[in-house]
Amino acid sequence: MITYVGKPVNRVDGVAKVTGKAKYAAEYKVPDLVHGWVISSEIAKGTITRIQTDEALQLPGVIQVFTHENRPDLAWFDLSYKDQDAPPGSPFRPLRDAEIKFSGQPIALVVAETLELARYAASLIRVEYEVENHETEFEAHLSRARDPKLGLASLLKPPPPKPRGNFDEAFAAAPVQVSGEYVHSAEHHNPMEMFASTVVYEKNDKLTIYDKTQGAQNSQLYVSQVFGLSFKDVRVISSYIGGAFGSGLRPQYQLFLAVLAARELRRSVRVSLTRQQMFTFGHRPVTIQDIKLGASEDGTITAIRHDAFAETSRFEDYTEIVVNWSGMLYPIPNSKLTYKLVPLDVFTPLDMRAPGGVTGVPALECAIDELAFKLGIDPVELRLKNYTDRDMDADLPYSSKELRECFRQGAERFGWANRNPQPRSTRRGHTLIGWGMATGIWDATQGPARAEAVLTVNGKLRVSSATADIGTGTYTIMTQIAADTLGMPIADVLFKLGDSDMPLAPIEGGSWTAATVGSAVKVACEELGKKLFKMARKMKNSPFARANLDDVLFADAHIRLKSDPSVAVSLREIVDQNGGHAVSETSTSTPNFLKLRKYARSAHSAAFVEVEVDEDFGTVRVTRAVTAVAGGRILNPKTARSQILGGMVWGISKALEEESVLDHQFGRFMNHSLAEYHVPVNADIQNLDVIFVDETDTIVNPLGVKGLGEIGIVAMPAAIANAVFHATGKRIRNLPITLDKLL
Amino acid sequence: MVSILGILTMQTTLSPESGVRPKNTLPEKNTVTLTINGSVHQLELAPWTTLLDALREYLHLTGTKKGCDHGQCGACTVLVDGKRINSCLTLAVMKQDTEILTIEGLAGENGLHPLQTAFIEHDAYQCGYCTPGQICSAVGMINEGHAKTTDDIRELMSGNICRCGAYPHIVDAIEEVMQLDSNA
Ligand code: FES
Ligand code: FES
Repeated sequence: MITYVGKPVNRVDGVAKVTGKAKYAAEYKVPDLVHGWVISSEIAKGTITRIQTDEALQLPGVIQVFTHENRPDLAWFDLSYKDQDAPPGSPFRPLRDAEIKFSGQPIALVVAETLELARYAASLIRVEYEVENHETEFEAHLSRARDPKLGLASLLKPPPPKPRGNFDEAFAAAPVQVSGEYVHSAEHHNPMEMFASTVVYEKNDKLTIYDKTQGAQNSQLYVSQVFGLSFKDVRVISSYIGGAFGSGLRPQYQLFLAVLAARELRRSVRVSLTRQQMFTFGHRPVTIQDIKLGASEDGTITAIRHDAFAETSRFEDYTEIVVNWSGMLYPIPNSKLTYKLVPLDVFTPLDMRAPGGVTGVPALECAIDELAFKLGIDPVELRLKNYTDRDMDADLPYSSKELRECFRQGAERFGWANRNPQPRSTRRGHTLIGWGMATGIWDATQGPARAEAVLTVNGKLRVSSATADIGTGTYTIMTQIAADTLGMPIADVLFKLGDSDMPLAPIEGGSWTAATVGSAVKVACEELGKKLFKMARKMKNSPFARANLDDVLFADAHIRLKSDPSVAVSLREIVDQNGGHAVSETSTSTPNFLKLRKYARSAHSAAFVEVEVDEDFGTVRVTRAVTAVAGGRILNPKTARSQILGGMVWGISKALEEESVLDHQFGRFMNHSLAEYHVPVNADIQNLDVIFVDETDTIVNPLGVKGLGEIGIVAMPAAIANAVFHATGKRIRNLPITLDKLL
Repeated sequence: MVSILGILTMQTTLSPESGVRPKNTLPEKNTVTLTINGSVHQLELAPWTTLLDALREYLHLTGTKKGCDHGQCGACTVLVDGKRINSCLTLAVMKQDTEILTIEGLAGENGLHPLQTAFIEHDAYQCGYCTPGQICSAVGMINEGHAKTTDDIRELMSGNICRCGAYPHIVDAIEEVMQLDSNA
């Protein structure tokens, strides 16, 4: 029975969130808790020669200062420090030794009875360094660019495909050519909640850890391996996460420090980072891209070259898929794609909302706009002319692709037909008006996951899986799926997540949770349904004695005969007759790889944007934008719309505001506060509209969903940059488009 | 090749305290009386404890959030005598003899405050971390009485960052409540 899936159901965690009852990692009340304060390195490279802690330690209430000098022995091998999202290389180990690898490196943890005291004591600690020259300037070291090392992570992030056709010849022969260099600044995730871990030290050295993470089991794995503990002694809970956007895909260093302190002191410890420290770990890497496009006069694109250079750390090779998108979007016969890394003295970059996609696709989509202008062809028309239903590099058809509908419906809602193609052709008062559009694409993937479904003794359905809800709506959509699968009223269904004790689920990222965990929830509920039906059939005078599973349906908390729905047994009755025991089933769902490998699978979008540019001040405002999304089946239009709106806001942020600025003299991100690291505020966001075009996909996964976490951001930056060009005639290839670039 | 530039000695965290007091003496704790959501609380606090930390760490009223601790994000917004303030920029000791209202005190006996209901209906959040601050700030903004248009709301709510980007829905929710008020 489909009662809830596809409906705009309010978030099931809504009341908790609007009343302040939702508890985040730093908010658990724990008796006898002590507080840690992290001390960060002031230099980017060198060696600590001395840490003076006496003054701090003399303060009454200061318990200990942990440094590399007094830390306990820990796991020896790199492998123990690898989490589920670790790129190839040697993971950073806090307090390992005196070596400084990046500015802001955690070098000590002060533990005190109160937060204020720990903070004050930290100010009394003196650190002496032997400073070495650091290299943080990306462009100055491009000559060091090299191929990324391969590792396990390369399975999910394959290197660029082999060249197709002959780019050099085709480009040389192309009558119309464009080429440009595109630069995207480094960015930090900056979720509103700072990273925090509350480690509860329990009897027999067991730990319960409230951690900010996108994978409770990932944190559990990390802590167990690093500290040599058994899984059963480490429980990680993350019921609510105050945003993450990828930053919680790897355990952050406060987790390590809090666990270390708790174990050494045999006390419960909380460590929260400061906003400044939120700029001292993974980030979106600065990336430079060169794109060359060749086309025939009629607009058929014949050749593409896309070369990307991205930053990584000295110790790990973080990679993204930046250059592979052209083969997925356009049927270009000749292509040459490369991707290289430049290791610098910074922390390893980290997946950040649409990693790689919102770097590579915007560059490509700006280049396509440049081509459209040069050809004198409407940007939508050029994209339709070069439309494909196949992924050229994988040489596979798409499982579904309603991008054409996105163009049509988005353009119509926006009023694109009224666009005067000439740049600088429209004014409103003293501002120039520009209209731009672009395409977006993101992978639709599914992983294996487990879920448990329990019919409790009071006839309620409780479903769980160790996944996360970072604001994406996981709690709600899983509740909807579970309620529909077993025909239960939604008020009687409780979905739980974010606990390492729950059935296995992978880290929550890459827009794959709806498909991955949703499929597991569905299977677990179906299996539970089968079990309940069998039990109902065995009941005394069962009306189903001669019925098969196919003959019944689950509706209104009953099992009913399809042929005569008045013949029914309530689920409550079944559990009542189970000797006072709940009925449960745990199941695994795995993607149907045999079927999936025959198809390319992606979500698509088209964004249409209007900007207003003040010629005197160079300020840009997005006055309205429409994003049309082909994202498969929409489980909940209300939360789905929020996801896309959030992505659009991020797109505006990336195009116009966001940038982590390194001061190379110090090798440090200087704008490390929410006053100086600009993200949109309410007044920056005007009229945003979202369209979900119908898209049925019977291949991608049993639910037909594609995931919406990233697709909303991908098309926006290029649409904005293209609109700025249309408004001003200036092509800005360096994001964010701040006023200095327009004056 | 590594070149050694020299040895630097640095104070690692800037501290407003250092230099003000003789070394290694801690500020004295005093009884601080706070009226929060209608109940009176007595706490032993040093003067350096912010209202935000008093709420979160000493009273376990964790509905008020810390997003920056520097007055830059609005997550810590509470109402003091009906006015919205950033509780991270306020010392607890300064707010004795005031009525403090936090998100925990907003719902009345008859259920949720209309803004809370509107936030749920309009899905005016995602992760929920900025939400208590947004709601308290909206109550304060409505009390101020300056917001007449959608653009006013956007402008006057710009002290509350929502990294999830729920702004369009936040504005929808507030608008709905304000119309309800003006119709009343
Ligand atoms: S925590 Fe007070 S304004 Fe950010
Ligand atoms: S809902 Fe996440 S920051 Fe606003």
